[in-house]
Amino acid sequence: MTRFAAGARVRARCADPEGHTRLPRYARGHVGEVLEIRGTWQLPDQAVRGVSQREPVYAVRFPAAELWGSGSHSVILDMWESYLEEAP
Amino acid sequence: MSGGHGELPVAARVRRLEERLIAAGLVTDDELDEVLAQVFASAAPANGARMVARAWTDPAYRDRLLADGNAAAAELGFGAGSHGYLLKVVENTASVHNMIVCTLCSCYPTALLGPSPSWYKSFAYRSRAVREPRGVLAEFGLELPDDTEIRVWDANSETRYLVLPQRPEAADGMDENALASLVTSNGLIGTAVR
Repeated sequence: MTRFAAGARVRARCADPEGHTRLPRYARGHVGEVLEIRGTWQLPDQAVRGVSQREPVYAVRFPAAELWGSGSHSVILDMWESYLEEAP
Repeated sequence: MSGGHGELPVAARVRRLEERLIAAGLVTDDELDEVLAQVFASAAPANGARMVARAWTDPAYRDRLLADGNAAAAELGFGAGSHGYLLKVVENTASVHNMIVCTLCSCYPTALLGPSPSWYKSFAYRSRAVREPRGVLAEFGLELPDDTEIRVWDANSETRYLVLPQRPEAADGMDENALASLVTSNGLIGTAVR
């Protein structure tokens, strides 16, 4: 089961976790749109502790203006499900 | 370690790490050398270029390449899937230009693009590609029309990207080998037209 569908608006969590994560700081707190689901992959934040936890991964498109306040390009990031929350 | 980087600080760090692994009995020097030799014997941008040239000449292959990059690479004998990553091919069109970066480190499909260029691993490229791609591309000599949509793919997970450049208009009648020779590693990263 996946929590988000293609086209869903999602927000990258603002958390600043202890230790390793693959959620880049520049995306935290910003809203994007799910492009597609990339399958289920090990969550690196837990794998680095020797804990196996698999989650759906979503390709999420962020407009540059959302990330940086300006720019017309977009940046696409892969987001493990626990990196995301619903956006209004 | 392969030659040519012996003076870099990172080489000393890598060597210390290797020595720890060897001391722990996890690996030997000979095994490390053999793995590196195998990786770099077959990893080359000619592999990615071959996939692009096939896609330019065979529309059915292009469709398979965009739908399932791993399977399309394997079809031509390239082991894109052997390192457990998902290969995603992104296609340039008249209105869309794609560009690859890894802001967290330097993730990159080595088997298909060869060893990554040093600039790809630089802090400057990794920080600026997502912030001001148009300016970065201009510094590579690639001036895009103002209305071209730029998509920057940050390889922060297990997905690895390959750009499918636009087929040159002057390529009519060229065979697959000739077409492949037009494709560069920068073209496969998106910092050149092809």
